[in-house]
Amino acid sequence: MREWLARGMPPRHRARGVLALCALVALLALLKGAGWMPRFLDELPQHFETADTGGISHNELLPADLLLDRVFYFLLDDLGLSAVTRFVSRSLKELINIFDNMLLGGGKGFGFDAPPWSALLAVAMVLGYALRGWKLSLLCGGTLLYCALSGLWKFTMQTLALLAAAVPISILIGLLLGILAYKRRAVERALLPVMSVAQTLPHFAYLIPVVVFFGVGHQTGVIATIIFAVPPMVRLTLLGLRKVPPEITEAGKMAGCGNWQLLTRVQLPSARNEILLGVNQVIMQCLAMVVIAAFIGASGLGYRLLHKLQALKIGQSLEIGIAIVLLAVALDGLSRAWAEKKRDYTANLPLLARFKYPLLAVGLAAGALLAARYFPVLDRVPRDLAVSYAATWDALVDWIVINWSDGLDAFRYFLILNILAPLRDALLFMPYIAVLALVGGLGLILGGWYSALLTSGLFAFIALAGWWDRAMITAYMVIFATFICVLIGVPLGIWSALRESRASRALFWCDTFQTFPSFIYILPVIMLFQVNDLSAILAVIVYAIIPAVRYTVEGMRNVPRELHEAVTMAGCGRWQRLVQLELPVALPHIMLGVNQTIMFAFSMVIIAAFVGTIDLGQQIFKALSESNIGKGVVLGLCVSFMALSVDHLVTRWSRERRRLLGMD
Amino acid sequence: MTAPETSEPVIRCKALYKVFGAEPAELEVDGAGAVDPRIFARDGVVAAVNNVSLSVRRGEILVVMGLSGSGKSTLVRCLSRLIEPSSGTVEIEGRDLLAMSERELIELRRSKMGMVFQHFALLPHRTVLENVAFPLQMRGMKRAEYVARARKMIELVGLDGKDNNFPRELSGGQQQRVGIARSLAIEPDIWFLDEPFSALDPLIRKEMQDEFLRLQSMLGKTIVFITHDFDEALKLADRIAVMFNGRVEQVGAPGDIVLRPATDYVRKFTSDVPREKVLNAGAIMDPPDGGELAERSVRAGERIDAVAEYVLGERRPVAVVDDGGKTVGVLHRDHVIKILFPRAENSGETP
Repeated sequence: MREWLARGMPPRHRARGVLALCALVALLALLKGAGWMPRFLDELPQHFETADTGGISHNELLPADLLLDRVFYFLLDDLGLSAVTRFVSRSLKELINIFDNMLLGGGKGFGFDAPPWSALLAVAMVLGYALRGWKLSLLCGGTLLYCALSGLWKFTMQTLALLAAAVPISILIGLLLGILAYKRRAVERALLPVMSVAQTLPHFAYLIPVVVFFGVGHQTGVIATIIFAVPPMVRLTLLGLRKVPPEITEAGKMAGCGNWQLLTRVQLPSARNEILLGVNQVIMQCLAMVVIAAFIGASGLGYRLLHKLQALKIGQSLEIGIAIVLLAVALDGLSRAWAEKKRDYTANLPLLARFKYPLLAVGLAAGALLAARYFPVLDRVPRDLAVSYAATWDALVDWIVINWSDGLDAFRYFLILNILAPLRDALLFMPYIAVLALVGGLGLILGGWYSALLTSGLFAFIALAGWWDRAMITAYMVIFATFICVLIGVPLGIWSALRESRASRALFWCDTFQTFPSFIYILPVIMLFQVNDLSAILAVIVYAIIPAVRYTVEGMRNVPRELHEAVTMAGCGRWQRLVQLELPVALPHIMLGVNQTIMFAFSMVIIAAFVGTIDLGQQIFKALSESNIGKGVVLGLCVSFMALSVDHLVTRWSRERRRLLGMD
Repeated sequence: MTAPETSEPVIRCKALYKVFGAEPAELEVDGAGAVDPRIFARDGVVAAVNNVSLSVRRGEILVVMGLSGSGKSTLVRCLSRLIEPSSGTVEIEGRDLLAMSERELIELRRSKMGMVFQHFALLPHRTVLENVAFPLQMRGMKRAEYVARARKMIELVGLDGKDNNFPRELSGGQQQRVGIARSLAIEPDIWFLDEPFSALDPLIRKEMQDEFLRLQSMLGKTIVFITHDFDEALKLADRIAVMFNGRVEQVGAPGDIVLRPATDYVRKFTSDVPREKVLNAGAIMDPPDGGELAERSVRAGERIDAVAEYVLGERRPVAVVDDGGKTVGVLHRDHVIKILFPRAENSGETP
């Protein structure tokens, strides 16, 4: 029994434990159905909106939002943090102005003239070629050409200017924190929970305190972006440093390194792969967040997209969306190529050969600059020459609406009436105590008392803070979306993994889709289903299915070759091999994929509030528009806590399972 | 290969302990520096190095032989202070290693010590040349100077032309040659080798052992060589220290260890060792008896397996001479046969 409490049930008893737990939950639900459930176990006081005033009544047990409000404003006003934030804000603005000026010209920053688009195009193509080759060069060139020709040049450059400010700062902060965490255990212990919450907190929940502290505008977008992009950099830096073999560190010491030399000449370079992967992650996270930061006034493609979407100009939105996607894929390609680039140490090359690419870039850019004087089209693509195919897209959307709407509507009604609404009502019917028992019980079974306290505690916060029903609506969407993702994604992954060529193609597409900023996934869904509740769930499914496929493929692929040979020699057929060997061995990894799917779903479901939901996300949007910091953060925490509970349980199970299979 | 007996010890450790799972403050040390062994009975307390006292003379190869978990790697790390010993003393050329400040320690490593690692521990982002030059750069040497020195070292280990290759482009044997070149770049007096050839294929291993002996015959370093391979220890060592469970079971010349194992544990290793590979002519010769001798003589330092063919082919006893050419004894054919076929003799006795 004490063993249980410390580490969870031993695996052979677990099925019975889960069964007992289900029985308990069912019993609690029955009690409520029969009317024997005391009210205080069924429901805690909640927020509800009073329609006439548009305000919110406060009668929750734990007024976390008001408390947080007080704390934030105390920090800001009484402690004088606002002086600091204003200073940071101003400095960042200057920095952004410099990049803005370098890419777009104008009176700010250094006051340069804008470089012609053709010059930047040339530089980008040389960069792509130098880092990888023709394909990447064409991708970069094509992206910029598309942006220039479709009249989005200015917005693209604004987005790039924000990135140029946010990315280096994020990398620097992430690297420093990662090194500190590596050196000092205490720093790591303090950082890990903060980073877990930071990575599961919905994007929009970040924006609220950032707006309150730093105001609205470009620089605020950059700050939000930095906060969002730092955690993966810290994690990967830490991981990389941990993976440096002790012998290498010892070799450095025996070579007579001092501490600083050891870090900069031995350990960081040996952790290079992970750190560069972190840089790639930072760039992608920054791009995703720069788009979302449009909600608080960050300029660029995201702002433009938001503008057009709100006006329901689907065609133009798609044009912008494609620009963002191209930009994402190109930046991903560039940073990956840079990370994987084999450095050429042959120091004896002549000067000209060593600098051939920079020289080529400068030469081409100068040529473009000169050419742009005589052919203004190479400098700026005038508005009347811009190629737009928005009308085509719009026509396509109209055609879909006209021809498919009956079928799509029928499908939508069927889903809502027969599946979604009943599922939602069931979750709302559940007394909160039953849900607490469920998550706490799972914690106890899988991880012992610590897990039980953690998971039930996190859910109890939601109940006490007064957002239970909204949270259950969020949960129902996530559950349904996850279910569909697993139903489609896992078999798809298994099918892909059956053949090697298919598997690498599947991974390639997962990689590519994963670079798209999450907001983009809303576009095709709106195109097909317009703005309604089902669109939100579909957007979540489309986005969250990626990790389910990816992890399944990876898990299946990682089954050791020897085991394959062993079961084949034991006379297994293809089907037997799948059932007897591959699935059980790959299961822990597949479960990690399911976990990622759930995390993705939680993050997307809040973004999808943009197309109309009535869950926590909708309230977060409201809080954002009201700059209601306490409410926004508490709502964000509610989402984050649900995600963290699931994450804790699944990763725990998966890690233990891997250990039992001897795969670590 | 034999070291001059008179020279002073370069490395000396006394009552050295490395105890995992207990704080150094918890160890109760008696007057002789020995730790109260009761602490090892406690849960989770492991003595990786348990009361080890050793000394290595200038120019000597001390091979520390032990199986995995015997504490040999921990011992060499205590001697280089990559790990802080829990108790005991280590002296390098008479200076107290454990009392040195960080600064002094770095200075010592930059000028006096080199180390070779089991898995090579080459910096993956540096070329062969840059790896070899690394300790020199840490010392703040000028570019032209360290490039020249590194080139020389690379040549010394026979890797000329590979300067600009990355470690991953080399075979295991070549990588360890780089590791050796790197450890020798600062021309250290003291050379630590932690299972340097264990990760290599048998044929490459033999080649590297010969290479090691060739280098040592030129350089004459003071060496602590770690291995789990008893044959390797016999081949390379001036003296062998056999370790078991953190303790040194026996220290002695290879012949001593084979002929007179001090404990049962050491005997297990020695029972299968071909005697002719360990013993030299001097160890089994008889005093000169003035009788008729063969035309050629053998030197006292030559191993039996090297001279056996000649002695067995000779009807007359063979003279054994010292380095000065003076006859110090004679070698009889039946003596050599006994060494070569110890079991044949035994089986002859049993009916």
